[in-house]
Amino acid sequence: MAFLLNCPNCGARNVYDFRFGGEVLTRPAPDAGNEELTEYLYFKENMDGEQREWWNHSMGCRKWFIATRNTHSNEVLGTHWPDEPVTGTGQ
Amino acid sequence: MRQLLTPNSMWSTHELKDRYDVVIIGAGIHGLSTAYYLAKRGITNVAVLDKGYVGGGASGRNTAIIRANYLTREGIPFFRESLSLYEDLAQELDFNLLFDQSGRLDLGHSESAVYGLRMRTGVNKLLGVDSRMIGPSEIKELVPAIDLRVGKPLPVMGALYQSSAGVIRHDAVVWGYGRGADRQGVEIHPFTDVTGIVRENGSVVGVDVGDRRISADIVMSATAGWSSNIARMVDMKLPLITHPLQAFVTEPLKPFIDRSVSSANLHVYVYQTDRGEVVVGGGVDPYSSYSQRSTLHTLEELAANMLELFPFLRGVNVMRQWAGLCDMSPDYAPIMGEVDGLPGFLLSCGWGTWGFKAGPIGGYTMAELIDTGKTPDLIRPFNLRRFSRGELVNERAAAPAAAVH
Ligand SMILES: Cc1cc2nc3c(=O)[nH]c(=O)nc-3n(C[C@H](O)[C@H](O)[C@H](O)COP(=O)(O)OP(=O)(O)OC[C@H]3O[C@@H](n4cnc5c(N)ncnc54)[C@H](O)[C@@H]3O)c2cc1C
Ligand SMILES: [Zn+2]
Repeated sequence: MAFLLNCPNCGARNVYDFRFGGEVLTRPAPDAGNEELTEYLYFKENMDGEQREWWNHSMGCRKWFIATRNTHSNEVLGTHWPDEPVTGTGQ
Repeated sequence: MRQLLTPNSMWSTHELKDRYDVVIIGAGIHGLSTAYYLAKRGITNVAVLDKGYVGGGASGRNTAIIRANYLTREGIPFFRESLSLYEDLAQELDFNLLFDQSGRLDLGHSESAVYGLRMRTGVNKLLGVDSRMIGPSEIKELVPAIDLRVGKPLPVMGALYQSSAGVIRHDAVVWGYGRGADRQGVEIHPFTDVTGIVRENGSVVGVDVGDRRISADIVMSATAGWSSNIARMVDMKLPLITHPLQAFVTEPLKPFIDRSVSSANLHVYVYQTDRGEVVVGGGVDPYSSYSQRSTLHTLEELAANMLELFPFLRGVNVMRQWAGLCDMSPDYAPIMGEVDGLPGFLLSCGWGTWGFKAGPIGGYTMAELIDTGKTPDLIRPFNLRRFSRGELVNERAAAPAAAVH
């Protein structure tokens, strides 16, 4: 199902105006070993439910932000800038 | 006639037992073909469990293109063997699968696309797949209805033609394997949701179905788009991202095209079924999702791309549009076999948008692995450990968007 995403800069837009950047992962330290880097590069939670994920408003302001979305229903629970704290769902 | 009208006449219903030799999660083509070939090897104390109806996953939603014209030395022999099993499958399963080996064209609309197709043709030939490069005039002979786009952007410059490729009746394949497995003693349990995987001393020893505990020597997950959910039950992550893939069919038309035509540049593939409907598909949705609802956006996009190749289809009515889930692996290759450090557990996933054609060989080789305890050479490169070893298969070059099916 298609849905709307709320760009923190521009407001609600059709999801097809955005580029999906995948689930939010913690980047390993620069001296991380092979195993940790492999895990980071390839292995995913691939949540069937609430997922924090990167989006880029590629057909708009071109800014990256974070959304929380239920991947089962595609309901978007909130969007925010990467450096903003998440204050519960609905943000 | 009476048998035809009896519900479930394709396979019998059973009470779940407390123990099986092998429990397979997922009654799609991979789960059922594995069960079928296990039974042929004499391993019949097998249960195939599915949370929904038989074939209700991607196996009942795909566009059923069967081909072997891949790129890698790991992928080509694997898909070639699957095609050869498909050629005898109607006989094997005693069931009409409507396999139509009418050929397939992969179009190239740019120098670099043609270069890629030439490379694939070369590797295909070396590995025994009947691919050859053809030019615009032969394309027009094989597919007279096509617009070669002379003087337009992205003119058709050449095509990789695999004459033994084809399309099949996908539901019939699933039902045929299910019936064949059932007749040999395998139990098929639809509407049986696996909610947990049981471990003892580091080994997988069974599954939970709600409050029922079922023990098994081997548990195999054949759950495609839902594989990450099963992996979570054993505290594991997989290198998979679940994306919906959509397709649509038009109203039935008089026959105008005999072969399936795919264009990676235009992100679309098109063929006509025996009933005259035009089947149209493309690449996966651009974001991950477990929702199997289709979108108007994709319908418009696919239809527009289809019209680039077949402009006379303008005005034709669309009958159905649908979506299924695809477990996309980063190197566009499957993930098969045992999991290091987790005895008793087997994976068959990473089937993405390309796994229906692999059903026969996937089941055949997984059954051999379960029976002999040894990984067949054909699937050795596809083990999960390739990611930690940096030995990715890189089927991607053969699979940009529309070319993957
Ligand atoms: C639109 C579309 C077009 C495609 N076109 C092609 C094509 O032309 N050629 C090609 O080769 N491939 C194609 N594919 C890909 C192909 O359909 C799949 O790769 C293949 O069907 C996967 O088969 P499977 O048996 O592994 O999984 P599935 O058929 O998806 O079966 C998995 C099963 O697991 C069950 N399951 C999940 N979780 C649980 C649980 N917890 N407990 C019990 N059961 C569970 C599900 O209900 C499901 O029935 C296409 C896919 C789509 C969606
Ligand atoms: Zn914006």
